[in-house]
Amino acid sequence: MPFDLLSPAVTAALVESLKQTAFMVSVAAVLSTLLGLPLGILLVVTAPGHIAERPAVNRVVGTVVNLVRSTPFIIMMVAIIPFTRLVVGTTVGTAAAIVPLTLAITPLFARLAETAMREVDRGVIEAAEAIGASPWEIVVKVLVPEALPGIVAGVTVALVSLIGYSTMAGTVGGGGLGDLGVRYGYQRFMPEVMVAVVVVLVVLVQAVQIVGDAVARAVNHRIARRRRGGV
Amino acid sequence: MNAPLPSESLAAGLPLAPHPPVSEPVIRIEGLSKTFSDAAGPVLDDVSLQIARGDIYGVIGRSGAGKSTLVRCINRLERPSGGRVVVSGHETSRLEGRALRTARRDIGMIFQHFNLLSSRTVAGNVALPLEVARVPKAERGPRIAALLELVGLADKAQAYPSELSGGQKQRVGIARALATAPSVLLCDEATSALDPETTQQILALLRDINRRLGLTVVLVTHEMEVVRDIASHVAVLERGRLVEEGATFDVLAFPKSPVARSFLAGIVAHELPPEIQATLSPEPQADSDPVIRIVFTGAAANEPIVADLVGRFGLRPNILHGRIDQVAGRPLGVLTLVAGDGGDGRLAAALAHLARLGLHAEVIGHALRPALARRHGGPR
Ligand SMILES: Nc1ncnc2c1ncn2[C@@H]1O[C@H](COP(=O)(O)OP(=O)(O)OP(=O)(O)O)[C@@H](O)[C@H]1O
Ligand SMILES: [Mg+2]
Repeated sequence: MPFDLLSPAVTAALVESLKQTAFMVSVAAVLSTLLGLPLGILLVVTAPGHIAERPAVNRVVGTVVNLVRSTPFIIMMVAIIPFTRLVVGTTVGTAAAIVPLTLAITPLFARLAETAMREVDRGVIEAAEAIGASPWEIVVKVLVPEALPGIVAGVTVALVSLIGYSTMAGTVGGGGLGDLGVRYGYQRFMPEVMVAVVVVLVVLVQAVQIVGDAVARAVNHRIARRRRGGV
Repeated sequence: MNAPLPSESLAAGLPLAPHPPVSEPVIRIEGLSKTFSDAAGPVLDDVSLQIARGDIYGVIGRSGAGKSTLVRCINRLERPSGGRVVVSGHETSRLEGRALRTARRDIGMIFQHFNLLSSRTVAGNVALPLEVARVPKAERGPRIAALLELVGLADKAQAYPSELSGGQKQRVGIARALATAPSVLLCDEATSALDPETTQQILALLRDINRRLGLTVVLVTHEMEVVRDIASHVAVLERGRLVEEGATFDVLAFPKSPVARSFLAGIVAHELPPEIQATLSPEPQADSDPVIRIVFTGAAANEPIVADLVGRFGLRPNILHGRIDQVAGRPLGVLTLVAGDGGDGRLAAALAHLARLGLHAEVIGHALRPALARRHGGPR
């Protein structure tokens, strides 16, 4: 990274911004996973023909998810300011940015998790039903574990999207890499800062993707892995 | 359901003590019907049958006859539209929720495509029903080991299903189905995805389990050989109706319905090849000879009857078609022959002789001599 091209002050700002981004993204990722997974489960099991078929619930939840997903992030951030104040007590700063980030990514992750769990073979679910498993046991012991590789891939996509959305956090004073790039690179006309920000973001996204893919592979037992050591 | 599972017997090593012999059938199906959509009509139509404890009960029929729907109504994977299904005294067709889930622990099931959890090891898959049945963790290990021993997979406990062959996967399916010591095992086309040799191994395992554990096995299949080889009773379904039912040997030896007769053609020679059938007429003609079908059952299968027909009755039988099989451990043969009787009652005497031997012989038609001559390459 071209850190030596940057002044110590700018480097310090870059590190600070990276920390802010990392904080926003990781907290929002944890929260939207915790909120999105149950939502995804709800979308799967209430669908017609599934283990807890509830067409009305399914339609309502699906519609809400779609509504939130179709709201542009920049508008949502401003629109939910009263809600943000209610939750974190302030409407500016890194913590305040976490609320809209979580709200925006939760429905995305819910859909990704839903897709992964919908792929779970009907026959495997029936085998669990035949064993006497309850709907809850089927969710915990069958749906989620069987869909885990897809769910992990969904977390990866959500993380990458979060990194992208987090660059807009400057709008609510959340700081972070995007904010740094705009303030130094654009407003103070320091293109090298802009470039540095982009480079850091690219590296960050790559790292997330590589780790995400590795984890997804590690939890995937659907395809026989070639045994290590050539035994 | 036996709420506390007989875990000691499994832990102490199989076999389990056989279920006590009870005359009450373990499965009673009364007037069962199932309709998926009114437009398509009933998939099951007023099916009634009983399955005795310890039986291997085959259900056969063409694709779409309703076989899968029938077994799936037994453990309520499918909700019957009408009628009753009673398993071990529990009317599964009326149970819901927790009561149904508890009843299901007494009914194991294995599937054509195995339906194992890819996310769990072999041991983990067998553990699932034990977890669901709230078997304490300390008891699970020994029981899983005993079950894997039973199905011959003790060395694969830590393998994932993706690392197993089809036959091995089905063994895991069997171990999983037996984990809660059920009294009934439902098998829906359990060998249809396997090659003939593996099929034989799985059937041998099922028969072994049936004998050692006294487990009742319900076997749905479109493979007649499977029924012939291991089923003690068989039901024939056709378009959702039960067209024939009884001891396998009786149904195979003396099918009453045309459906069963033609369905059995692949393994029992009840029907003549079409090109010969076409030459038969129901009434005698001026230049025709009677065609006789003889069904050999049991010990009489070893009688030198063709020699008798020639030596004792002076007939000159000409064999059209024949085949002998082992059915439910007994030989079953069907022989079709033409025997001109010269109009002097020799044939009637011969038929009476066959009847005395316990063979079932009947005249099924009359064949024109020229047609037969053509088939046999020249005048006799
Ligand atoms: N869930 C369902 N919804 C609508 N129709 C169904 C459903 N399941 C089965 N059927 C219909 O019921 C009929 C009987 O199906 P079933 O699966 O019981 O037949 P089968 O005898 O097991 O056939 P196969 O040998 O092909 O497995 C078929 O016509 C099928 O299309
Ligand atoms: Mg079927």
